Amino acid sequence: MVVYLDHAATTPLRPEAREAWLVGAAGVGNASSIHGAGQSARRLLEESRERLASALDCDPVEVVFTSGGTESVNLGIAGLYRARRETTGATAIVAPVAEHHATLDTLKWLSAHEVADLEWVGVDRDTTVDLGGWEAAVGSGDAAVATLLAANNEVGTVQPVVAASALCVEAGVPLHVDAVGAFGHVPLSFRALRSASGSRSAGLVALSVAAHKLGGPVGVGALVVAREARVEPLLHGGGQQRGLRAGTQDVPGAAAFAVSAELAVAELTAEATRVGALRDRLEAGLREHIPDMRVSAHTAERLPGHFHAIFPGAQGDSLLLLLDAAGIAVSTGSACQAGVPEPSHVVRAMGLGEDAARSALRLTLGRTTTEGDVDAVISALPAAYERARTAGLSSRQVGAPRLGGAAGS
Amino acid sequence: MSGGVDSAVAAARAVDAGHDVVGVHLALSRAGGTLRAGSRGCCTIEDAMDARRAADRLGIPFYVWDFSERFRDDVIEDFVAEYSAGRTPNPCMRCNEKIKFAAVLEKALDLGFDAVCTGHYAILREGASGERELHRASDAAKDQSYVLGVLTTEQLAHTLFPLGETPSKALVRAEAEARGLTVANKPDSHDICFIPDGDTRGWLAERVGAERGDILDRSGAVVGSHEGAHAFTVGQRRGLALGVPAADGKPRFVLEVRPVSNTVVVGPKEALATAEIAGQRFTWAGAAPTSADFACHVQIRAHADPVPARAALAEGIVTVTPATPLDGVAPGQTAVLYDGTRVLGQFTIDRTVSAVPVDA
Repeated sequence: MVVYLDHAATTPLRPEAREAWLVGAAGVGNASSIHGAGQSARRLLEESRERLASALDCDPVEVVFTSGGTESVNLGIAGLYRARRETTGATAIVAPVAEHHATLDTLKWLSAHEVADLEWVGVDRDTTVDLGGWEAAVGSGDAAVATLLAANNEVGTVQPVVAASALCVEAGVPLHVDAVGAFGHVPLSFRALRSASGSRSAGLVALSVAAHKLGGPVGVGALVVAREARVEPLLHGGGQQRGLRAGTQDVPGAAAFAVSAELAVAELTAEATRVGALRDRLEAGLREHIPDMRVSAHTAERLPGHFHAIFPGAQGDSLLLLLDAAGIAVSTGSACQAGVPEPSHVVRAMGLGEDAARSALRLTLGRTTTEGDVDAVISALPAAYERARTAGLSSRQVGAPRLGGAAGS
Repeated sequence: MSGGVDSAVAAARAVDAGHDVVGVHLALSRAGGTLRAGSRGCCTIEDAMDARRAADRLGIPFYVWDFSERFRDDVIEDFVAEYSAGRTPNPCMRCNEKIKFAAVLEKALDLGFDAVCTGHYAILREGASGERELHRASDAAKDQSYVLGVLTTEQLAHTLFPLGETPSKALVRAEAEARGLTVANKPDSHDICFIPDGDTRGWLAERVGAERGDILDRSGAVVGSHEGAHAFTVGQRRGLALGVPAADGKPRFVLEVRPVSNTVVVGPKEALATAEIAGQRFTWAGAAPTSADFACHVQIRAHADPVPARAALAEGIVTVTPATPLDGVAPGQTAVLYDGTRVLGQFTIDRTVSAVPVDA
């Protein structure tokens, strides 16, 4: 019986989503085909689009289905950049340093291959973007596009999207928001965010979301793209979805995504309260038994299910292994290359050192989390920390090895 | 679990023996490649995937532990430093000594594990006095007791080598196939794991620099030139660009590498014969010897034949005198001492004495 506390990585498929997927997959028809079978598929697709648009509070035509969060982020950032560079010659991209790797790697690639100048904006100890730095960066005159997480995916801190968008409007810069981890967990209205800033083609124009973060299937996401936004597509083919995202559309995926989004938004307030209380219970319990633990961003507004902390003197990967052996699934929060947790760039960005970046754990609670789950962690983590501390920061040399060694001078 | 067939079968046998097994792949190189290229090098992402799939097949948990920083410091930098000092290092021994059976084993013990199990070909036995003994494997061709010769009693107490008694590698591969392990036919990796293209000379040139210098004969006469002393190792014959042929017309071999003067000394094959070796960095794979002088067999390379010898331990120096001269011994190499099939210990060779004096 696994205690699963990595809902930010992915969360169980809702039964309703599975049902909707099966219904969508039962028929046959390419939504682009002109005949009745195609129209039938098309109808389910467009109904799904409308339902998702309703959950996002945007117009259906603004919803572009993709293969997931990473594709949406790539399309939003690279798509806006390429279009802006073509029309204005601007080449700077503004982003905070603590973004998700889908953003960071896209930016690195654009910098290496498409002359993008990366304008990094610092974040504070809570990972909150520095609005002063943001203002200066978007106002530089050369900014093609800006991008921002709606909430930090490792630590959970909700970002000042309204303020950041307003600054982009002032500077005439389009903004992409990565809401992959936030949608379905905190209230989000594309329309409200757009009207708050008052411009049509600057400020928030594109928003990334993904189904599997709120109980839908892996493999489907969306980029919400305002009508006024100019976005170069990544994929070329049949011209589907306003020419922004070619390819046969995933009708069952769209149906499952739509249902999941509706349910998540409908239960959002109640779930946020329930999960938030469980998270607070977890935090209190761990603080009591692990006085040395340092909770990240504990005074900031965080996503309700996020708990992130530094465990001085222990490696996150040791803690993860020990908890895994005890049937508790958690994350170190950082990206994995070949299964090796990297020291967290987010923790580094918070101004904590290299050691802290290796000593972090992220626990994320979700729809299926119970009090029993929380109590299991409170019970297991203190002992795991003691053991992991003995092993220390073993990937770095700390004094002479205890075992072996060439005796003699 | 390296992703190779030996560690996969070793893991399988450990599971069958009833142990509580977790598979760990070591990430030792940060610059590791993505896909394997033949049998050179090791530990690409593809290798990590092969290890993961083997663990899946065995139903055991799988993790990747990053020791790339310590590997760089203890193995790679040591390798460069030794070559720069004109010595011939053995990085696999260094890795066993400092990483696999030290850093990794320490972490494992701290996290509550009892032992590290590998696919090395060697046998652990309990001696008369109840202590752990390290012995050669049943298959002499695959025996890896030499590279494990650097392990101490304490390290040996926490190791398992399930493959040691298997008569041949072919049987291990057959077993892998029978168990449905996809790595059954994966070629063995050879060469140095952190030099995947096998070009040690080029790799060193990038790090040590290549400076032209003289090649001398034993009388000190210049007989040729080289592009960097580090590219040579004692006993080497190839790669010598000698402008002046030897007086006797016979091939010449590298006798000595002198990094300070950036010179390489060459001479006839007979001059490679070594009458005595000594070193001051040693370990015993059991209790230290009780007598100051004892008979043993000495082996100076992983695939060299063991030679009967006398070993003496005095004033912190181990001196070994082989019954017949050893062939081409380079300072920096490891000498492993055996008592029959049992590993007694090892030392790093600091000093050699030629069996053939230089002609006047």
